[in-house]
Amino acid sequence: MAHAYTPGLKVLHETKIDKERRLPLKGTVSVEKGKVVTPDDIVAKTDLPGNVQMVNVANQLNIDAEDVNDAMIAKEGTAVKKGEMIAETKGLFGLFKTNVTAPVDGTIEVISDTTGQVVIREAPIPVEIDAYMSGSIKEVIPEEGVVIESEGVFIQGIFGIGGESRGELEVIVDSREDEITEELLTTELTGKIIVGGSFISLKAYKKAIQLNIAGIVVGGFNYFDLEDILGYTLGVAITGSEDLITSLIVTEGYGKIRMGSQTFDLLKEHHGKFASINGATQIRAGVIRPEIVIPLTKDQLKGDHKDADASEGIQAGSLVRVIRAPYFGRMGKVVNLPSELKKMESETMVRVAVIEIDGENVEIPRANLEMVETD
Amino acid sequence: MELRSILATDCGSTTTKAILIEKIDGEYRLSVRGEAPTTVEAPFEDVTKGVLNAVMEVEELAGRKLLDGDNIITPRNDEEGVDIYISTSSAGGGLQMMVAGVVKGMTGESAERAALGAGSIVMDVLASNDGRKPHEKITRIRQLRPDMILLSGGIDGGTTKHVVELAEILAAANPKPRLGQNYKLPVIYAGNKNAADKIEETLGEITDLDLTENIRPVLEMENLKPSRDKIHDLFMEHVMQQAPGYKKLMSWTDAPIMPTPGAVGALIEMVAEKENISVVGVDIGGATTDIFSVFQKQFNRTVSANLGMSYSICNVLAESGLKNVLRWVPFDIDEKELTNRIGNKMIRPTTVPQSLEELVIEQAIAREALRLSFIQHKSFAVNLKGVQKERTISDAFEQTDSGESLVDMMELDLMVGSGGVLSHAPRREQSARMLIDSFLPEGITQLAVDSIFMMPQLGVMANIEKEELAEDARNAAIEVFEKDCLIRLGTCLAPVGNAKPGATVLMAELKLPNGDIQKHEIKYGDIIRIEVPYEPVKATLTPGKGMDIGAGKNELIETTIYGGVVGIIFDGRGRPMEIPSDPKQRISDLSKWSDAVDEYPDLEGQGLE
Repeated sequence: MAHAYTPGLKVLHETKIDKERRLPLKGTVSVEKGKVVTPDDIVAKTDLPGNVQMVNVANQLNIDAEDVNDAMIAKEGTAVKKGEMIAETKGLFGLFKTNVTAPVDGTIEVISDTTGQVVIREAPIPVEIDAYMSGSIKEVIPEEGVVIESEGVFIQGIFGIGGESRGELEVIVDSREDEITEELLTTELTGKIIVGGSFISLKAYKKAIQLNIAGIVVGGFNYFDLEDILGYTLGVAITGSEDLITSLIVTEGYGKIRMGSQTFDLLKEHHGKFASINGATQIRAGVIRPEIVIPLTKDQLKGDHKDADASEGIQAGSLVRVIRAPYFGRMGKVVNLPSELKKMESETMVRVAVIEIDGENVEIPRANLEMVETD
Repeated sequence: MELRSILATDCGSTTTKAILIEKIDGEYRLSVRGEAPTTVEAPFEDVTKGVLNAVMEVEELAGRKLLDGDNIITPRNDEEGVDIYISTSSAGGGLQMMVAGVVKGMTGESAERAALGAGSIVMDVLASNDGRKPHEKITRIRQLRPDMILLSGGIDGGTTKHVVELAEILAAANPKPRLGQNYKLPVIYAGNKNAADKIEETLGEITDLDLTENIRPVLEMENLKPSRDKIHDLFMEHVMQQAPGYKKLMSWTDAPIMPTPGAVGALIEMVAEKENISVVGVDIGGATTDIFSVFQKQFNRTVSANLGMSYSICNVLAESGLKNVLRWVPFDIDEKELTNRIGNKMIRPTTVPQSLEELVIEQAIAREALRLSFIQHKSFAVNLKGVQKERTISDAFEQTDSGESLVDMMELDLMVGSGGVLSHAPRREQSARMLIDSFLPEGITQLAVDSIFMMPQLGVMANIEKEELAEDARNAAIEVFEKDCLIRLGTCLAPVGNAKPGATVLMAELKLPNGDIQKHEIKYGDIIRIEVPYEPVKATLTPGKGMDIGAGKNELIETTIYGGVVGIIFDGRGRPMEIPSDPKQRISDLSKWSDAVDEYPDLEGQGLE
């Protein structure tokens, strides 16, 4: 199998965070460079072309397509109201007329004398884009959007569902081994982003949705329970457009897996601060991982920055996490990286790293390691 | 000009692979290969960087200069550079199309066949009779944002109304291309020629419309080539222009860049034609599985967009069901634990199986991905639908319809597998078993794998149009395909029919290359492997009572078969094949079959008492 290297998930105490906020179609940018924004501020808006209804006037009036233009009362470009008559036959001596009414409010866009169809376009659909996180406008992309810049905590999860969400961060467990249970979820958590340890059960997740909790960050969740939440089996990991009250970010993977200590400790350190999260995940070329962003104010920053993009490869001494059986979820330190291929129990020939896990040295395929990138 | 050296790259979504082919002692052979990560995405956003890195590796291994700074040296001057440089590409998600036809099973299907044959992924097939309301179609077109649309419909001279209606729907949706906000979406019209003016009127302004010959000029005939060629042209002119670095790459190549699957298909088509054989080729990747076939001289390709071994592994599980995956696993395993493991492979797609248990599970899933993809292929590779056949009295009693599958496993001569799980299985025996279990070949079938996935580069080589190069390049492609690309696994001999346990399904007398004569009796439910290299073996095959090995029930065959790195495999499990539902019996049978070919020699009988 081709050798590949999974870049580590980022767990950064302090970094510069750039967020591009782009419209789906060209529109207007409503902020200027340098402006300070909060998550709810609208930064750009546009109108998506309205939905289209097609009415087959020729069929409804029982006339030939080429006669449709003559029968039309409303011509191309006219605005019509739902129920308004748009076409009528001449009838016999002015009697026995039949007519067609508009099924929706809109504008007559096209009258076709080939097919007898009339296209009615509904009003444009306004789309607004908000800032998502606090920060300042670093760059304006004319007619398309902005780049917002901030400094603070940046953490990536491995998988998420539900799109953008935000709220006050609340760590509700004592240790990274603890599960989020139903009992831990109370009305006081409504609108907040809660952090748990190793696992959340389906029942607890459902309760969180009932309580309108804004988001959950946790070590693991069961793959087979996703179907219950999503209403379909998740075949490919492309998420983010689900209509969920409570976004979920899983930091380690499927199953019961304690949250990485770096992640847990960092979230705990910022308990009570305001966080923006996004569960959107896309595992394809151009990978997108879910994220937790906690912008910090100047006096909260310590000034020991690390660029969010500076990824280093695995080296001796690196802290790594094993991401596949048999040592799945375990953390260890790289002892050395032998260059020759090694035969695994599966007889697959791979490049390995020797890792120290709980005082024991074991060989793991490098492709099954993930760098834990901390600052 | 005599071609002496050819450099070819394939820019995949994760890896760019380069091969160097040279003419040595009058033969074209693969001399070296190299690879590097593809650089289409940030932070590089220039595909040529990955190409140069891969070529640099080739340069080092070949020990001669191919690059001059950031340029590939062509044509060759003495010991430096190559005669030609060519490339394929599937980076950035490949070519994604939407097709439309008036009747889904007729022009819709022809349009789909043309798009797939050109190497595209077909995101959706719109048709007047697809059951969706116009506004639903419009919403769908807007959501999908394809790279290109192929619109067909109607036979020449037939009614124009329906195809114009489809054009009106497209116009109302005013679709935007996937890449680049500033250019118009390419639309190819290949329908009733009488509607061309109306189509131009409806779509001419808002799209980049191109007219070509009707894909279905008369009901009885498909005319796919003009559309396929047009797709390739537009792929180069529009889609590739939007992808980072491709303008530069296009200026380097001596032939148009082809979409990777389009090139593979072209090669398979050529091999089938040259050898006059039926071929099935499969490429199982992380996200998709492509199947190519040539039966009765007709080429077909299908892409199962969400059946793959990593990104879409969970979809294989969802579509096949856990039970069907587990029936290939020769030990007990907790079902919930297994689904979490498969889920974790999806979210960490680049991991490799370290333990034997993980490998067995992965190969079980591969069997299901291949089986499901082949079902899709069989239902798509069919005779033209809607064609009225002249019937005789005897036909009238047979309710065979048009639209029958062309795939006939008994007719199949060669099956070629590629893609990580097949090409890089730790044991070739495992690849052979995966191919046999999922495709269930019948009669006599040769098995092979493409060791390093060279088929795309060879396909584009075989399609070079420049007259002075075409013949040499074609010969080079065929020579390298036969000598270096394929690893011959061997031949599978599978009698068709069912018998009672223990009954003889085949008697075989083999005259081996060294003159030895071996006799084998194959019992129902058994697999036997004979280790023979890729050399001719004279075989006399006598099927058991009611069984068929290719010449009809109970009919003897005398023929020449070939061994390979695995050898000759007699598959006595009958066709159709049944796997016992009783777990104990199933595990026992699976273990017996594995042992017969030395598939997993180190696997203890886990779960067995």
